[in-house]
Amino acid sequence: MTRCIQCTRCVRFASEVAGVQDLGMLGRGSGEEIGTYVEKLMTSELSGNVIDICPVGALTSKPFAFKARNWELKGTETIDVTDAVGSNIRIDSRGLEVMRIIPRLNEDINEEWISDKTRFCYDGLKRQRLNDPMIRGPDGRFKSVSWRDALAIVAEVALQVKPEEIVGVAGRLSDAESMIALKDFLNRMGSNNVWCEGNGVRPNADLRSGYLLNSSISGLEKADVFLLVGTQPRIEAPMVNARIHKTVRANHAEVGYIGPPTDFNYNCKNLGTGPQTLLEIAEGRHPFCSALLAAKNPAIIVGAGLFERKDKDSILSVVNSIAKLGNVVRPDWNGLNFLLLHAAQAASLDLGLVPESDNSIESAKFLYLMGADDVELDELPSDAFVVYQGHHGDRSVYRANVILPASAFSEKEGTYENTEGCSQQTLPAVPTVGDARDDWKIIRALSEVAGVCLPYDNLSGIRSRISVVAPNLLRVDEREPALIHTDLKPDCQQKLSTEPFSSAVDNFYMTDSITRASKIMAQCSASLLSKK
Amino acid sequence: MCARLATKRFLEIRQILLQSPQPSRSLSTALNYHIDSPDNSPDTPWEFSAGNKGRVKEILSHYPSNYKQSAIIPLLDLAQQQHGGWLPVSAMNAVAKVVQVAPIRIYEVATFYSMFNRTKVGKYHLLVCGTTPCMIRGSREIEEALLKHLGVKRNEVTKDGLFSVGEMECMGCCVNAPMITVADYSKGSEGYTYNYYEDITPKRVVEIVEMLRRGEAPPVGTQNPKRIRSGPEGGNTTLLSEPKPPPCRDLDA
Ligand code: FES
Repeated sequence: MTRCIQCTRCVRFASEVAGVQDLGMLGRGSGEEIGTYVEKLMTSELSGNVIDICPVGALTSKPFAFKARNWELKGTETIDVTDAVGSNIRIDSRGLEVMRIIPRLNEDINEEWISDKTRFCYDGLKRQRLNDPMIRGPDGRFKSVSWRDALAIVAEVALQVKPEEIVGVAGRLSDAESMIALKDFLNRMGSNNVWCEGNGVRPNADLRSGYLLNSSISGLEKADVFLLVGTQPRIEAPMVNARIHKTVRANHAEVGYIGPPTDFNYNCKNLGTGPQTLLEIAEGRHPFCSALLAAKNPAIIVGAGLFERKDKDSILSVVNSIAKLGNVVRPDWNGLNFLLLHAAQAASLDLGLVPESDNSIESAKFLYLMGADDVELDELPSDAFVVYQGHHGDRSVYRANVILPASAFSEKEGTYENTEGCSQQTLPAVPTVGDARDDWKIIRALSEVAGVCLPYDNLSGIRSRISVVAPNLLRVDEREPALIHTDLKPDCQQKLSTEPFSSAVDNFYMTDSITRASKIMAQCSASLLSKK
Repeated sequence: MCARLATKRFLEIRQILLQSPQPSRSLSTALNYHIDSPDNSPDTPWEFSAGNKGRVKEILSHYPSNYKQSAIIPLLDLAQQQHGGWLPVSAMNAVAKVVQVAPIRIYEVATFYSMFNRTKVGKYHLLVCGTTPCMIRGSREIEEALLKHLGVKRNEVTKDGLFSVGEMECMGCCVNAPMITVADYSKGSEGYTYNYYEDITPKRVVEIVEMLRRGEAPPVGTQNPKRIRSGPEGGNTTLLSEPKPPPCRDLDA
C-alpha cells in the first residue's frame, strides 16, 4: 500500500536537480507506479531530498521514519559542518537525542537541498563518543580521570618541553572560537606551530582571494564556462556541484575537468589528469582555450586537495596565468575560485593558523590535536606526548596519551566560515554527552592551569578577540568577499611535477570523525561505492 | 468474542476477494518492474539485426537529430518484432542507446503501452477485443473458447510456444464485432503481420487457430460469408438506387 499520488516530483528532482536518471513513472492508469524498473539504488548524493519534496509522505527517511512525532521535536536552526559549504540545516531533537536533520532555505548557499551526508550522518553523534577525560596508563590502557587531573598532567608536560616543540593542530570540524583559543594558547606558550588540517604546508593565508570561492556559490550561476582543476565537486561539495549542474542545465555552460577519472552528473569534458594539461591551457595550446577565451564569465575552480601537493605554488601560478589569459578576474567578475574541503578551513586561514616551520611534527614533543584525526602521525617522534581533544574516538585516539572530551557541532555555539567566505553560527541542539566541554573552554581552562591564562572567559570575550584578528567572522550570515585580488606573488620558480592530480576525498560518505562513526554512512558507502 | 467474530468475518471476506478474478485488470503483459530471469536480464547482449539496422536509421531520419527520443515508440516496435513479440530489458537498453536517453525513459514508455509485451508471447499472439460493442456481441465467449481450446490462461503461452491470448481495447472494428487480432511474429520483423479477423464465432475462432497452426493463412476481415467488408449481411437493404440529389431552391425564381 502506498500513499503515492504520482505527482512525479521525485522523478523531476532526480533528473533535474540531482542529475541522475534513475527514477521514472512506470505503468499507467491505476497501475502507475514510481520506480526504477530494474533493481537498483538511486545513486545520488542528494537522494535524501526526495523525502522533503514528497507532498504526501510516501517517501520517508529510513532512519527517522516512525521514530518520533513531529510535535515532540525541538528544532534548532544551525549549520552543517560535514563539508565546507556550510549548508543551513535544522536539527530536530527529542531530549538528548538528535532525531533528524533537515535543510533550511538559503538561496545563496544550499538553496533548499542538503547532501545525504549532511542529512544522515547524525547517528554518528551517538556512537564512539568520548565522554570522560582519560589518561593512558603505563599498561597502554585508558583510565578515566577528573578534569582537574587531566589538565594538570597536560599542563605539566607542556611546560617541560621547549616552546618550539609544542605543536597544535586544529581538526576539520573546529569552530573559529576554539581555533583562536588554541592559537592564543600556543602563542603564549611560546610556540607558533599551529595549523588546521587540510591546508597543507605554507598555506596562503595572506590574501583571502587565495582560498575562497570568490564568485560565491550563487554567483556560479552566472558563469558560462567552468574549468575544474583537481576538484571533484560532486563528492567534495555536493551543493556546489548542484549549482554547477543547475548552471549547465540552464545555459548550457561548458565544463572542463582536469583530474583523475570521476563521475559527473552533467556534461563534462575530461581534459587531462595532471599539471601538464594545465600548462597546455596556460600556454594556449589546448583546444579548451578557445572555449575559455570565448566565455563571458569563465570560472576556474581549484580544489583544496591541491594545497597538499609539494608543487602547489607552481600549480597556482599556472592557474593564475590561465586566469590572466582568460580574463577571469575583472572588476565586475571574479571567477578564480578555490573550493575548500572542510568546515574549519576558511576560518582557520582567516585567523592566520599558519605554522612557523614546515615539518614541526617531526620534532614535536608535545602535540595538541584539537579534533584532528587526519594528520600524518608517522613522522611523530615516539616519545612525543599527544593530547587529543575531541568528541569521537577516531583515528588519533590510538596515539593519544591524554583524551579531553569536547562537544560536537550539534552541542555548541560556534562560528564557521564556509568556502565562499560567509560566516555562520551553530547553535546547541542537544546537551553534550558525559563530561565533555566546549573546545575553547577546555583550552581556556588548560591555559590557566599552565599559568598563561587567556584573557577571555565567555563567548563574547572570545568573539571580541576574534574581532581584532578577523572581524569578518563576526558578521554572521553575511558573505565577506575578498577585497583585493592582485597577483602579489612573485613568479614561482618551483618545478611542476608531472604527477597527476589525485582525488581529495576517497569516500564521500566518510570524511570526518562524525561520519566515520555513523552506521548509516557505513551502509551507504558499502552499498553505493562498492560498485565502482 | 466480538473481536473473534469480526476477525472470522474479515477472513471470510478476504477469502472471497482473493478468489474473485483480479480486481484491477492490468492490460500489459507484465509487472511494473523487472525480474531477472535466464532469458531476460540486463547482461544478455542485444542488438538490432543487420537487416534492421538500416530500418533503425530510416526511422531516425524521420525526426530532427536533437529530438531522437521521438523515435522511441517505432524503435521499440521494431525491437519487439525482431525479438519474437516481446521486449527483454536488454532490448530496451539497446533502444536507449540508439536514441541517447537514460534507460529509465524507455522503461517508462514500454510499461505505459500495453502493446509492448515485456514477457514472452506466442508466435501468434491472439488479441481479443473486449470493449463494449464487441463484448455485447459475445467477445467473452470468444475468449473462453480460445482459452479452452488452447488450454492456457490469459497472457500465458502454449507449451509449443505457438499461441498466446491477450486482451485489447477497441480496435475500431466495432461494426464487425466481435473481432480478434492476430499478431504474427513467426516470420520475424520482415514477415510480421497484424491482421484482423472479424465477425467471428467461438467455432470460427477455433478454426482460425487450427489454420494458423497448420501454417495456412486464414482470410482476413469478416468471417461472415454473407457480408462484404463492413456491408450489411446479404447485400444492401437500402440506398439501392442512385441517391436523389438534395432539393435545391430555384435561385432564378
Ligand atoms: S469494440 Fe471491438 S473493435 Fe471496437
